[in-house]
Amino acid sequence: MRHIISVLVENEFGVLSRVAGLFSGRGFNIESLCVAETLDPTISSMTIVTSGNDTIIEQILKQLNKLINVIKVTDFREMDYVSREMVLVKVNAEEKKREEVLRMVEIFRGKIIDVSPKTYTLLITGDEDKIKAFLELLKPIGIKELVRTGPVAIARGEKVIKIKEKQSKGGEDG
Amino acid sequence: MKKTGSQIFVECLKMEGVDTIFCYPGGATLNITDVLSQSPEIKQIVVRHEQGAVHASDGYARATGKVGVCLVTSGPGATNTVTGIATAYMDSIPIVVFTCQVTTMLIGNDAFQEADIVGITRPCTKHNYLVKDVKDLARIIKEAFYLARSGRPGPILVDIPKDVSAQVCDFKYPEKVFIRSYQPTYVGHAGQIKRAVKLILSSKRPILYTGGGIISSGASQELIKLAEKLSLPVTNTLMGLGGFPGNHKQFLGMLGMHGTYAANMAITNSDAIIAIGARFDDRATGNTDAFAPHAQIIHVDIDPTSISKSIKVHIPIVGDSKNVIKKMLEFIDDEKDSIKDYKEGIKDWLEQIEKWKKQYPLTYSKGDRLKPQYVIERIYALTKGDAIISTEVGQNQMWTAQFYKFLKPRTILTSGGLGTMGYGFPAAIGAQVAFPDRLVIDIAGDGSIQMNIQELATAVQFNLPVKVVILNNGFLGMVRQWQELFYGKRYTWTHMNFAPDFVKLAQAYNAVGYRIEKEEEVDKILKEAFANKRPTFIDVPVDPEEGVYPMVPAGAALRDMLLV
Ligand SMILES: Cc1ncc(C[n+]2csc(CCOP(=O)(O)OP(=O)(O)O)c2C)c(N)n1
Repeated sequence: MRHIISVLVENEFGVLSRVAGLFSGRGFNIESLCVAETLDPTISSMTIVTSGNDTIIEQILKQLNKLINVIKVTDFREMDYVSREMVLVKVNAEEKKREEVLRMVEIFRGKIIDVSPKTYTLLITGDEDKIKAFLELLKPIGIKELVRTGPVAIARGEKVIKIKEKQSKGGEDG
Repeated sequence: MKKTGSQIFVECLKMEGVDTIFCYPGGATLNITDVLSQSPEIKQIVVRHEQGAVHASDGYARATGKVGVCLVTSGPGATNTVTGIATAYMDSIPIVVFTCQVTTMLIGNDAFQEADIVGITRPCTKHNYLVKDVKDLARIIKEAFYLARSGRPGPILVDIPKDVSAQVCDFKYPEKVFIRSYQPTYVGHAGQIKRAVKLILSSKRPILYTGGGIISSGASQELIKLAEKLSLPVTNTLMGLGGFPGNHKQFLGMLGMHGTYAANMAITNSDAIIAIGARFDDRATGNTDAFAPHAQIIHVDIDPTSISKSIKVHIPIVGDSKNVIKKMLEFIDDEKDSIKDYKEGIKDWLEQIEKWKKQYPLTYSKGDRLKPQYVIERIYALTKGDAIISTEVGQNQMWTAQFYKFLKPRTILTSGGLGTMGYGFPAAIGAQVAFPDRLVIDIAGDGSIQMNIQELATAVQFNLPVKVVILNNGFLGMVRQWQELFYGKRYTWTHMNFAPDFVKLAQAYNAVGYRIEKEEEVDKILKEAFANKRPTFIDVPVDPEEGVYPMVPAGAALRDMLLV
């Protein structure tokens, strides 16, 4: 089963390799990984898409939590969420095809962000289904190159993923 | 007050109460080494190989319960520590390994004796640090010691570049540690503990299965109380030995691949397993599909990742073993009424276990050649279980686990998780430094001892009267045993066609060497060796093809033991 997991980590060097190393070292799979600073510059947020049965996902969540620099781990399966991914696609756009591409970009509310005599570079954002559908339609036209950010996700409604009061007080030497 | 990085380093060690470090110098350690030369209150044991330094600090930590410390140079000094660190990591042993690093400016330049030791040890440390600024040094050292000993203990590595050890800054040792992302759970969930107690009291075939967590949380007394109060049979893992007295009538011996018949049968047939501070490692469980098919499982562990990792657990309790057992005892006192019925209900079970114990006790047959098991039985008899015993890895280790009765915690030092040959001797040295007046014995194989034999020089130099009993079978015995059983007795690579004369070797190091040739000499020579105050090798040529039994073949179910 596919899971989107949010991981709040200390914004320090080396943290990304700890997380990536955990996945490779234990044979967990990473479909995509997206990292950037949060509102609080001392904290980065990672959105990881992974898959596995319940036992594996449970281990992934626990093992992530065990890393010393990881502040909070959230599995979006446990809540309502929205997710979006951004894709840049370079497609063949010669003569007759230009029209068709333009029409599709419009329908999917994308953008053309770069143009050459033979190609268009398109930008599209959306959830998994929309992007899948869009790319399927583009295939016959000829995709020359494709880059994707991997999804980012956020809880629906007023719910906010933040660190607990207790957590921000920190551990004390016992 | 202004201090250099090296002075700060030494001050921090003192603040942490460090009385001993195991070390080896190099260009990058020189600033620190020089300051340490004026700090006689910290004992500095200079080893002969950095792996030895790490194992020694690990042995020190296991024997004392304190954090072990070592310090080595950059590059090859640092990479030589990796096996030691991985050994401590697998067994959750609190040590802090300080490696020195090339100067900050040179990091990443493939400088002379540069190694990315933080990168290399990331997967085998609990956490590690590169100190980039002398201002962070005191905080990082404080955190390192805190992390090493708290929660599920483990090794922490701190990499200190040479310029950082020379830079100057204001020094103040932080009073508190502030790690917002790290909060081990010590107190178990009361509701879960109550459920666990109810489950035990309604069971008919309960058993306690305990591991190294009992030792690291100091829960031995509580465990004995729990077991006695509820007449629970107890088995433990290799790491758990000593956590419950090996001569207690409720003790079944170790479980698993080379566990006792009674322990493996009891686990397989039980209806309630109370697992405390053990992690259902594959050497303990055998084939997980056939592991305890009828049992409800309660699992107490401080590390949530250990719970339901390999075996599905019914009542998980995250917490410190000692705390949780104490709470269990309280709840049991509230259940006085049901205890009578419970005790009535488990009678048949306890009888059955006694039958298993009698049916196939641990045993071996005597022959023309001296038997290694006999030697270990005699070591136990002569030391009355009061020595600190380390082991190497292989048959020597398993026979020790089977035939030496560990009566108290922190009396066995053995590489359980990683199975590191060459661990036992330096670990014994570490324990001997901590307890100069106790008898410390490494029970070794002729293969393993040669992996860190150079530390004999350390033992002699620092007057550490460690005893090494070499069960010399002329083989890499444990691997030979697998070849005997599963590879048509083709003893490829495992026959040691050449070995040094260990008696002469000891003498060449100015240590003492003995050889035991016959059963009649065993007591006499062991006594003499244990009484002398010098590092001593005792070479004991034993039956070359003796095996360790019972044995559960790898991947088989615990009930399918080879008994002879
Ligand atoms: C560093 C290391 N290398 C290889 C092994 C694999 N191994 C496990 S037991 C063993 C044989 C040990 O031989 P010896 O020390 O003579 O002990 P014995 O089994 O004969 O008692 C070997 C090679 C290991 N555990 N550790």
